[in-house]
Amino acid sequence: MNAQARQGWLLVAPATLLFVGIVATPLAMTLLLSFNGWSSTQGIVPTLTVQNYAEILSDSFFAEIFLRTLRIALWVTLICVLIGAPEAYILRRMREPWRSSFILVVIGPLLVSVVARTLGWALLLGGNGLIPLALHRLGLTSSPVSLMFTETGVVIALVHVLVPFMVLSVWASLARMDPATERAAQSLGASQITIFLRIVLPQAMPGILSGGIIVFSLAASAFATPAIIGGRRLKVASTLAYDEFLNTLNWPLGAAIAVLLLVGIVAIVVGWNRFIERRYSQVFAS
Amino acid sequence: MPYLALENIRKAYGPAVAVDRLDLGVEKGEFISLLGPSGCGKTTTLQMIAGFVEPTQGAIALDGIDLSRLAPEKRGLGIVFQSYALFPHMTVAANVAFGLEMRRVGKAEIRQRVEQALAMVGLADKGGRYPRQMSGGQQQRVALARALVIRPAILLLDEPLSNLDAKQREEMQLELRQIQRQSGTTTVLVTHDQQEALALSDRIVVMNQGRVEQIGSPFDVYERPGSAFVATFLGRTNTFSAEPTPRGLAVAGHVMMPGERPATISIRPEKVDFTTDGDGLPGRVLTRVFQGNHWLLHVETPGGLCLVIRPNDGRPLPGEGETVVLAFRARDASLSLAGSTP
Amino acid sequence: MRNGPLALVFHAAFVVFLLAPMVLVCLVAFTPEGFLSIPTTRFSLRWFERIAQYPDFIAAFRTSLFVATAASLIAVLFAVPAALAIARYRFTGREALNAFFMAPLMIPHLVLGIAFLRFYSLLGISGTMAGLIIGHVVVVFPFAMRMVLAAATGMDKRIEDAATALGADRITTYRRIVIPLIIPGMASGFALAFIQSFDEVTMTVFIASATTTTLPVRMFTYIQDSIDPLICAVSALLILFTVLAMLVIDRFYGLQRLFIGEDKS
Repeated sequence: MNAQARQGWLLVAPATLLFVGIVATPLAMTLLLSFNGWSSTQGIVPTLTVQNYAEILSDSFFAEIFLRTLRIALWVTLICVLIGAPEAYILRRMREPWRSSFILVVIGPLLVSVVARTLGWALLLGGNGLIPLALHRLGLTSSPVSLMFTETGVVIALVHVLVPFMVLSVWASLARMDPATERAAQSLGASQITIFLRIVLPQAMPGILSGGIIVFSLAASAFATPAIIGGRRLKVASTLAYDEFLNTLNWPLGAAIAVLLLVGIVAIVVGWNRFIERRYSQVFAS
Repeated sequence: MPYLALENIRKAYGPAVAVDRLDLGVEKGEFISLLGPSGCGKTTTLQMIAGFVEPTQGAIALDGIDLSRLAPEKRGLGIVFQSYALFPHMTVAANVAFGLEMRRVGKAEIRQRVEQALAMVGLADKGGRYPRQMSGGQQQRVALARALVIRPAILLLDEPLSNLDAKQREEMQLELRQIQRQSGTTTVLVTHDQQEALALSDRIVVMNQGRVEQIGSPFDVYERPGSAFVATFLGRTNTFSAEPTPRGLAVAGHVMMPGERPATISIRPEKVDFTTDGDGLPGRVLTRVFQGNHWLLHVETPGGLCLVIRPNDGRPLPGEGETVVLAFRARDASLSLAGSTP
Repeated sequence: MRNGPLALVFHAAFVVFLLAPMVLVCLVAFTPEGFLSIPTTRFSLRWFERIAQYPDFIAAFRTSLFVATAASLIAVLFAVPAALAIARYRFTGREALNAFFMAPLMIPHLVLGIAFLRFYSLLGISGTMAGLIIGHVVVVFPFAMRMVLAAATGMDKRIEDAATALGADRITTYRRIVIPLIIPGMASGFALAFIQSFDEVTMTVFIASATTTTLPVRMFTYIQDSIDPLICAVSALLILFTVLAMLVIDRFYGLQRLFIGEDKS
């Protein structure tokens, strides 16, 4: 080992040890826990068994919850792309000082506690909330229908929580774009829509895809928002694991649910990343 | 023994050789330039003198003392970096004072020497500013003052003028030359700009692919290039392949100069003239471009395209499309024999 | 290029969507009524006064401040040497280590919470302040690391060489040149880490105890029982606190820089 490498390793050693000690070890223990048995009288039984996984994979109750989690995450991602990408483009075309102020408006909610933001949606979506009343007034529903404890409600609130990530990600992509390309297309006779679809969108694509990854993985593992809006009645994978841990006290089963959630998210994210790299490495290299 | 001596230096990064078989002696007070295209090993050489890069093989000695055992901070060299590398969080005066502080120079002396150094580079009243408040040219002067204030054994300049615009560069060249002469500091300049090397140096070391191609005074290197690489890298040059005939070397059947073996003739564009009598290479003027103090002509000949530079001295010149005959003096041309690698 | 009218309508709708829930919470907090309603005739501070009768919220707020400060400080202290090594030394495993340090971003906080709950119960430190802080250090470390790393990478390596050439030894170079130059990165790393820690709910729900509850967790458990104007008043105060912090950060550093990096457009 040369002097450079030795000094380098010396400097990263504290953080590495910290991480091995308090990230890698607990995660390994959780994985181990998910293979332990459990009984309501003895609690955790230190045996090695795949019983928890077998139970989750065979029971349609669990399958429904995992499918719901996936469905919610996909809807949230899709809606975030559809409203977040155009908003980023609109922000980019704004002039100062409008642009800076509205970027603050977009980033600001990220700093506000998720609990406080979700509380706002609970007020809006509840039976006496503004949205059910508005839907009723517009004649879309015969009486005000509460959106609390529904998938629609969870999706709306999660979009609100996560859409800033999409805007920021697309914004970062657009910032790398040479604005002259738009003017070049215009000088060649392209309409505004053609410019957006043929010039801007392809250049924003890496931002949309990486923003999609962030939004999807956060939506699939979100806890506070589905717990408040979905409540006990509409469970997703994370609230299910929470119940197993803090209410049923079946830790091994809860751990298995968490491990499956993690594996599922990592598999989708890694696959997605591969796709992006293969698709865009030539165009956006260096 | 020279003041700074590099003996048989080699630097390899794995299989890639950056510098090979480099021998160089620099005399005290001399201004020497390492000139070559990017990747020729000139910057690596400078880094080895400074101590930031360790030679794979070979010895570097300064005033008879082996430098290889001396840490970079003990070498006492002044360096001006291409990016200037000014400390952005310190004022100009603090930047210049830094090296003196490291040498534990007294406060009063530091103040006096910093003032002197800033006056020398024409920034006497700018000591309280921060680097980002200054123009590129001013930053470059600060970097120079910071390097010179420690009275370095050698001043190392790494492409110091490459970030300046053409006018600033010309001014800075004159000033650099003057300051170096005044202080008498032995200076090594790394540059890819031939004009800069020609203007500033006592001697030029032309490097290519890790090797020294030629060492000599600017005039020598330009007028008598030691290899085809030097001839083409320094200034512009025309090359013709020539065949021997009973009357001498001929280009496309036209005898141009004496010689018995097939060869490549290199001739600078400013050494080619139009002739109205005797032998020469016939051709037709393709373009004629006015460049202020001179004219640039492209002439199509049976031996290939020839570039001709003529001073704007009032003499009439052929216009575009006219036929001409080109000639040059044998002593202005350099020959490299065909078959031998340059 | 300018935005057309359609784009501006879309933009207005987007901004309303983003702000509506927070504005609504703040409005309801001022209701004079005893139930959830938007004040129509007059604003009342009665629900804010009621907060004083719930010392849990105040204690939880103090815990949050303490945990966020401690965790962010520790994270920055660990991040500085690691970031310097990754930015400026070439050694095998460098890339892998960087990915390793960023890993907590990829691991759902739910999984981290469960992992710490299990780990601490085996070590017998469940529900302690130390456990809470360690958990938060892990969650915020990538944010601290990212900012310090950006500062360390952005630094011209030649600046250090210049100090060395002028005769400064390693320690002097660090003390006088390197550390002063990455202090802005350390400050922004601390700010970002603090915000993340202060807002963290999901992991904290698992490892906080009755005596070490943070504000978001206390609010979360309260909401699970009932939603009333009191919790709106607490949220409104939290939103106000966040907006103030945001304006301060924006003034001194720029939120855009904190979240997007240098604006190149």
